Amino acid sequence: MRRLMTGRPGAGAWPLGAVAVAALCLLPVAAVLWLALFPAENIWPHLIATTLPGYVGNTLILLAGVGVSTLLTGVTAARLVTAFDFPLRKLLEWLLLLPLAMPGYVIAYLYTDLLEFAGPVQHALRAVFGWRLAGDYWFPEVRSMGGAIMLLGVVLYPYVYLLARASFLEQSSYLPDVSRLLGRGPVATFFYVELPIARPAIAVGVALALMETLNDFGTVDFFSVQTLTAGLYDVWLNMGNLGGGAQIGAVMLTFAALLISLEYIGRRRRRFYQSATRFGGRPRQRLRGRNGWAATAVCAAPVLFGFGIPALLLVSHALDHLPAAWTPRFRGYALNSLWVSGTASVSAVALAVVVAYARRLRRTTVMAAIARAASLGYAVPGAVLAVGVIVPLAAFDNAVDAFLRARFGVGSGLILSGTSFAVIAACTIRFLAVSIGAVESSFSKVSDSLDMAARTLGHGAGRTLRRFHLPLIRGGLLTAALIVFVDCMKELPATLILRPFNFETLATHVYHFASDELIERSAPGALFIVAAGLIPVIILSRTIDTAARLDSPAAPGPGPVAPGPRPVAPPGTVTSTAAPPAAPAP
Amino acid sequence: MTALLEVRGIACRYAQRAAVSDASFELQQGMLASLLGPSGCGKTTVLRAIAGFQPLTAGGIHLNGRRIAGVDRGLAPEHRRLSMVFQDHALFPHLTVEKNVAAGLHRKPAAEQRRLAHALLEKVGLTGLHRRYPHELSGGQQQRVALARALAPNPQLLLMDEPFSSLDPDLRDKLRQEVRALLKDIGATCLLVTHDQQDAFAFGERVGVMRDGRIEQWDTAYRIYHEPATRFVADFIGEGVFIDGVVAAADRIDTELAVLRGPVGHPPGARVKVLIRPDDIIHDDHSARTARIVKRAFRGENYLYTLTLPSGAEILSLVPSHHNHAVGENLGIVPAIDHLVIFAA
Repeated sequence: MRRLMTGRPGAGAWPLGAVAVAALCLLPVAAVLWLALFPAENIWPHLIATTLPGYVGNTLILLAGVGVSTLLTGVTAARLVTAFDFPLRKLLEWLLLLPLAMPGYVIAYLYTDLLEFAGPVQHALRAVFGWRLAGDYWFPEVRSMGGAIMLLGVVLYPYVYLLARASFLEQSSYLPDVSRLLGRGPVATFFYVELPIARPAIAVGVALALMETLNDFGTVDFFSVQTLTAGLYDVWLNMGNLGGGAQIGAVMLTFAALLISLEYIGRRRRRFYQSATRFGGRPRQRLRGRNGWAATAVCAAPVLFGFGIPALLLVSHALDHLPAAWTPRFRGYALNSLWVSGTASVSAVALAVVVAYARRLRRTTVMAAIARAASLGYAVPGAVLAVGVIVPLAAFDNAVDAFLRARFGVGSGLILSGTSFAVIAACTIRFLAVSIGAVESSFSKVSDSLDMAARTLGHGAGRTLRRFHLPLIRGGLLTAALIVFVDCMKELPATLILRPFNFETLATHVYHFASDELIERSAPGALFIVAAGLIPVIILSRTIDTAARLDSPAAPGPGPVAPGPRPVAPPGTVTSTAAPPAAPAP
Repeated sequence: MTALLEVRGIACRYAQRAAVSDASFELQQGMLASLLGPSGCGKTTVLRAIAGFQPLTAGGIHLNGRRIAGVDRGLAPEHRRLSMVFQDHALFPHLTVEKNVAAGLHRKPAAEQRRLAHALLEKVGLTGLHRRYPHELSGGQQQRVALARALAPNPQLLLMDEPFSSLDPDLRDKLRQEVRALLKDIGATCLLVTHDQQDAFAFGERVGVMRDGRIEQWDTAYRIYHEPATRFVADFIGEGVFIDGVVAAADRIDTELAVLRGPVGHPPGARVKVLIRPDDIIHDDHSARTARIVKRAFRGENYLYTLTLPSGAEILSLVPSHHNHAVGENLGIVPAIDHLVIFAA
């Protein structure tokens, strides 16, 4: 009888499940904060007096540098491809995404090899000008703060590019018209109307790029730039002080919180800014002759530096060493990567379905907040997440071990924290946002009346999901899994810390050989990672193509579709954008 | 007196398609005009050409005696000193209402900008809302802000592209009247583009009817309705049907309905079509002439009856709604055709 009395259709245990997922994701953050506040050995005073100011300063310089560089590159490229037509524009529009496939640590090793004293570039310069010693001439040092900024900037600008491009395409074409009629020229109009309206979207892009920067370990470690991440490794792994590591982690979390706020505010503002009805796209102005080719060159440069040159170097290194590298051990690393990424992607998608479906059943602000909490992992730097994962897992293992010893006199050892489970858990939490975004976007394409039809026909919440939703959104789930898979393949900082002894994945293998300057040995593995990274970029470029078709003046219907950074980027959780459509069976 | 705006034989093309061909009209200082036509007829293209966003492939446009556009060349929009109000209002979402209204006043000192913006907001009835952002306003308020912004720089000419079509019908009538009164009050010259006859007639002292990129008629609303120059205009404007007739003399046409007298303009013996509007057929219970009711539509204050004549031709009659007759009855009618509108059959 009680069933008859509920005011809305039953949601079963789904909301509870979503709460559990959110709690799971918040646990590491809580663990880090708790450990930072109540450490076994308080090194706050020591940290503040010695290394912390340096770490914070370096992190700030790195973030500012990468912010400015991604901002300039991304906005310039986005403006050029949306407002003008020039040779190769259509091709460059998606080529500009390619650097997303290039992990920062891989590009760091490659450029170091290319530009260091013994590298081919300086070698050639010496040969041409007759210099012999390093003191004979000046050449910029790649392994420096400046180098880290340049290299991270050149692989992270696509976040800004994507969002700025979408925003420029979405803007009502009347707004610049009004500005022109009111007496402003084209350049003044760009700075008065188009750029300010795109500002929230650009802020989201920069926030995402900076989260990646904060997360980066491979590049700063290789370049010996003492950022907070490098500091956390040093304090925890080299000095063995977990509490100190957590304290540095807590500082990083404040940075992350600021970036999340920037992203959140940007996304909220963007809704208002873009809410103006869209009346068709703006025809692109054709640039002819020298101007046209200049635009081509400007857009090609980031592609070249962020993808073209490193990919070429990688392929040539890999070709030389592929036969030697293709050993049973290498295959073992690849299998480990496959295992970690595969299980993490399946569990991330399964948890995402729970969260997204609960949210569909209960469209309340509380549920939205829970979904956001479950998506928090993307902003937590991998190293911090590692601390946060290891603490509760170790506590669990110790408790079980102690219990068994006391009861049976046999210890269980480290069941969770000492196995690949820890790595898988960290990857799942870190990339849950990616899958929640993709799954929610798939769900949003299924009409609400389908739920109502199923429920009136007597199916419960669970059956409705199994029988009707899952078959419809199968394609979207697959895409989500694929993207998480690739992100896990590339993941370095958390994997490096959490992997069991002698457990190498491709990413850690590349890191070990490359940081020992054995770039050739690491090239085949890096090539694997980059090749896998191309998959989501291709998916993303497909959504960009759809948008390009829609914004041509001849096309009828609503304005351009905005591809968010969904597939590749760790995205802002709950707004739905461009995960590829759930393909219903033909 | 020379016209403020002269559009002389302009043509515009999109890729392969001619959007406007050979459109000409003039607009006097202080005059309000509407450009009316079905969607895709090129009316918005004409507006964009005047504003400077659409290049001409033929003809020219003069504003205040100055040539502002010719074939493939023209003054940049920002130098034309004209303003435009858009269908979606096109308010700048990142600026407050006050900043929006002042958007065209950037060459004036800040204090003057504020003073003018507030004066205009008062004029459009939005005093006190200057700190709001566009997304905090209703559709009608947004439209008023758009108007205030367009009028602020004191433009020579105001262009409006379907300004009322995104509003609810009630609000639409009210706002149309208000805007018209305001524009007349300040002596603005305005060209409005719309697909809605009510908008066009209620707003324009001159109305242009466009079709397939051409202007079919540029006239007063009264003459557009009662003396349509082409068959398209007769069809497109208002309700009405054509019945067959034969010219009997220079001032006489014989039709099934009645013998019509008036200037004919077709040679005797010619077969013609005569436009019969619903208000040309007056209902009279005592009339000897009747027609059978085949359909009726209740419109509140009146009925629109569709009647058949013995030949099967249909005519319409607008009758006060207390004359309640059933379908199938014969209705007594008196033809009262004051304006003879005749086209060759």
